[in-house]
Amino acid sequence: MQIVVDGVAHEVDVEEDMPLLWVLRDELGIKGVKYGCGIAQCGACTVHIDGEAVKSCQVFAGDVWGEVTTIGADVGGFPVLQAVQAAWIEHQVAQCGYCQSGQIMLAASFLGENSDPSDVEIDEAMRANLCRCGTYPRIRAAVKAAAERVREG
Amino acid sequence: MGKVGKIARRTFLIGSAAVLGGVAFGYVMYKRPAKNPLLDGLGEGEAALTPYVLINAEGVTLITPRGDKGQGAYHVQAALIAEELDVDLDKIKVDPGPPDAAYYNTALSAEAVPFAYYDEGVMAETLRDVMDAPMKFLGMQITGGSTTVPDAWEKLRVAGAVARETLKAAAAEVSGINVTALETGEGRVILPDGSALTYEELAPVAAGLKPVNKVRLRAPEEWRYIGKPMKRIDIAAKSTGTQDYGIDVELPDMVHAAVRLNPRRGGALNGFDAQEARGMRGVEAVFEIPGGVAVLADNTWRAFRAAETVECDWGPADYPDEQAEHWQALAESFVSDRQDSRQRDEGDVEAALGDAPIEAEYRAPYLAHAPLEPINATVWVQEGRVDVWTGTQVPRFAQSHVAEICGVKADQVHVHVLMMGGSFGHRLEDDVVIRAAQIAMQAGGRPVKLTYSREEDTRQDFLRPAGMARMKGAVGNGQVRALDLHVAAPSIMASQMGERQGLPMPGPDMTIAQAAWDQAYAIPDYRVTGYRAPRLAPVSSWRSVGASINGFFHEGFLDELIHAAGADPLEERLRMCFHEPTRKALEAVGEMASWSGPRPEEGVGRGVALVTSFGVPCAEIVEVRMTELGLRIERVWVAAEVGRVVDPVNFDGLVKGGVVFGLGHAMLGEITFADGRVEQENYDLFEAMRIDQCPEIEVRGLENGDKVLGIGEPPVPPAAPALANAIFAATGQRLREMPFSKFVDFA
Repeated sequence: MQIVVDGVAHEVDVEEDMPLLWVLRDELGIKGVKYGCGIAQCGACTVHIDGEAVKSCQVFAGDVWGEVTTIGADVGGFPVLQAVQAAWIEHQVAQCGYCQSGQIMLAASFLGENSDPSDVEIDEAMRANLCRCGTYPRIRAAVKAAAERVREG
Repeated sequence: MGKVGKIARRTFLIGSAAVLGGVAFGYVMYKRPAKNPLLDGLGEGEAALTPYVLINAEGVTLITPRGDKGQGAYHVQAALIAEELDVDLDKIKVDPGPPDAAYYNTALSAEAVPFAYYDEGVMAETLRDVMDAPMKFLGMQITGGSTTVPDAWEKLRVAGAVARETLKAAAAEVSGINVTALETGEGRVILPDGSALTYEELAPVAAGLKPVNKVRLRAPEEWRYIGKPMKRIDIAAKSTGTQDYGIDVELPDMVHAAVRLNPRRGGALNGFDAQEARGMRGVEAVFEIPGGVAVLADNTWRAFRAAETVECDWGPADYPDEQAEHWQALAESFVSDRQDSRQRDEGDVEAALGDAPIEAEYRAPYLAHAPLEPINATVWVQEGRVDVWTGTQVPRFAQSHVAEICGVKADQVHVHVLMMGGSFGHRLEDDVVIRAAQIAMQAGGRPVKLTYSREEDTRQDFLRPAGMARMKGAVGNGQVRALDLHVAAPSIMASQMGERQGLPMPGPDMTIAQAAWDQAYAIPDYRVTGYRAPRLAPVSSWRSVGASINGFFHEGFLDELIHAAGADPLEERLRMCFHEPTRKALEAVGEMASWSGPRPEEGVGRGVALVTSFGVPCAEIVEVRMTELGLRIERVWVAAEVGRVVDPVNFDGLVKGGVVFGLGHAMLGEITFADGRVEQENYDLFEAMRIDQCPEIEVRGLENGDKVLGIGEPPVPPAAPALANAIFAATGQRLREMPFSKFVDFA
């Protein structure tokens, strides 16, 4: 089957029910996408399909309905993702950093839809992903800063 | 400003050696007449060099032997070297280096001695020094106990300074200019005319010089990095998905492995049927390893899925099957022949308690470490050489275990330590490396990457022990008069270091009563007794170790006594606290939260707790509000005394993370056993705090003490009691058992 990841089309020969996560990591070598739980609880594996954040451990390879964007994308073509990464660096969000690819992808998708979120909206959106190091205060600050960058264009 | 410049209790002799095209500077260990197995292979009087600074044509590399689990250890170690070496942090490379006994951890011994942190008497200081010898002898290259900064504080700055002065001497030789006229900056020696010689150019010359060991460390006012906000060296990679972890290792011809291990820990594998697994796509082999089954496949998911289909006949666990039996064993441990320590016994507690003391029983559950990166290890067995890639806090233990399994000498095992996606103590165990080596021995010379599924990771975790306390107290004249604290828990040290590392663990286990007996309170009749419960499930160190349990017990019950006395929780603690830097932490947190200001409105409660662990007094105030959906933790204030804040940005992040970790587990965290198995195998049942429950947290680092200390663990223990005390203030309900979600709802 064919899947398009970060603008590149790949022909992969895998089971229909192999989760997209493992196609990306083990078949295509895109290691920025992380495995944490396999049951949609942690969100470390979050990627975009046609701009929408999905947990790639829950999407079967055979069901991928659009173009996949990962943390490894050329951010030049994704201004919101670029703004989010810049805010994550500026606010030094990461500790162990393992969940942050997923957090960044979730934030980028969210801000793509709502670039002027309230504090409560940020919490409601970002609660889907887990950070065991407890970087939540900085995630909040970085999402707000990224929103500002996005609004300013 | 504290007297941080206290004279070093040990001296570090920094040597140098020529390396290909350059020079290395590092800590020297000499072979002396006394037998020291670490230096086998060296002749009498010969030296071994363990480098911290490596300079060659490629540039400057700083070696940072303490592992990075997310706490910024690489960054902080690099900053300490760079401060003296005069290199820019964004222009150098950092390498964790090989496992080496010379990287032993000098600071670990401070926690292993039976003296309280505030005790700076001759006996206490002498024993801390004496304990340094076994740490050195065992080559304890361990990352843990919040020791990275205290261990590195002098060692790495001296290494940087010696390297700098030797490079200056090299520049003097090359240029003919007197060394006193030379300056350094940005990785260069600057000559009086403004021209410069790079460290890379000077390295071959420096290699031929005797290292300049007489150096003066820079005074605080000269610091360029220390104490200033820095950009962590790993922050860009971790914000762009380009940071590699152990789980990301990829090698030519590598095969992926998964395991099914007996969920009843310590039990045997009586038999298994792998017929289905063997027929699955991508599966290359299924075979037995001690206590379980391994699957080799061409992809991680295929290995996981095949492993799940293996039918296993498991033998019984080597501990009681049901959680109730574990609690029963703890309850039965409060007897004299299980007494492990009584490090505090002041006044006449029995007399002071009288006939009607205030009494309470407290409990803390088993907890999993559950870092987001599941444990993994890659092992490649070749002729005469074994390579290991893994995120570990104990590279030397892993090295010796792999050597034993693979039948080679330790120096033939090359451990490549990788960035860790969290740990919280999980990677102080090397079980996954042992498993990977057992599997690699049956993989026909191909590299094997073993990844645990999340479920396997939790099932096979060496847990934070469950603990129980029985406490009595008495109050009078508005004051706390007596406190009699009895704590029971299984021995972490016997399990972790005794059973699994084969180290002798004589005497009391100081973790059982850690942060219970050694708090700086003056209470007239005050006794703390630790009881060693029988061995139950295998246990290990979990972020802040015994203090994660005892901080809750001690500060929760003390709060009960203070309320019974009719005193103010902060004022009474201040009155009882006799150690000045500790008092200042309490005062600071009270000021931050305006504790003595207007009383919080109806339905809002504030609780305070003070716990000193790993030498760091940490005071926290938690504010909760009753809402229609349940209790909401709104704000937290933290003041912690560390002697010196090396990087305020990293410090702030670690403290806030520690508070979230402490609060989240107090609210939600629990591991229980049924039929000998862990019942919570994934994050759906082993829950952690999410962002919508995270309070606003305000942090202050204090620098009044004379010891420079680490901050990875100390913010964790006060969080649970401060929360319990706040809930009591808001609702009148006293919580004596974690997790609190068993008794109250959180919004």
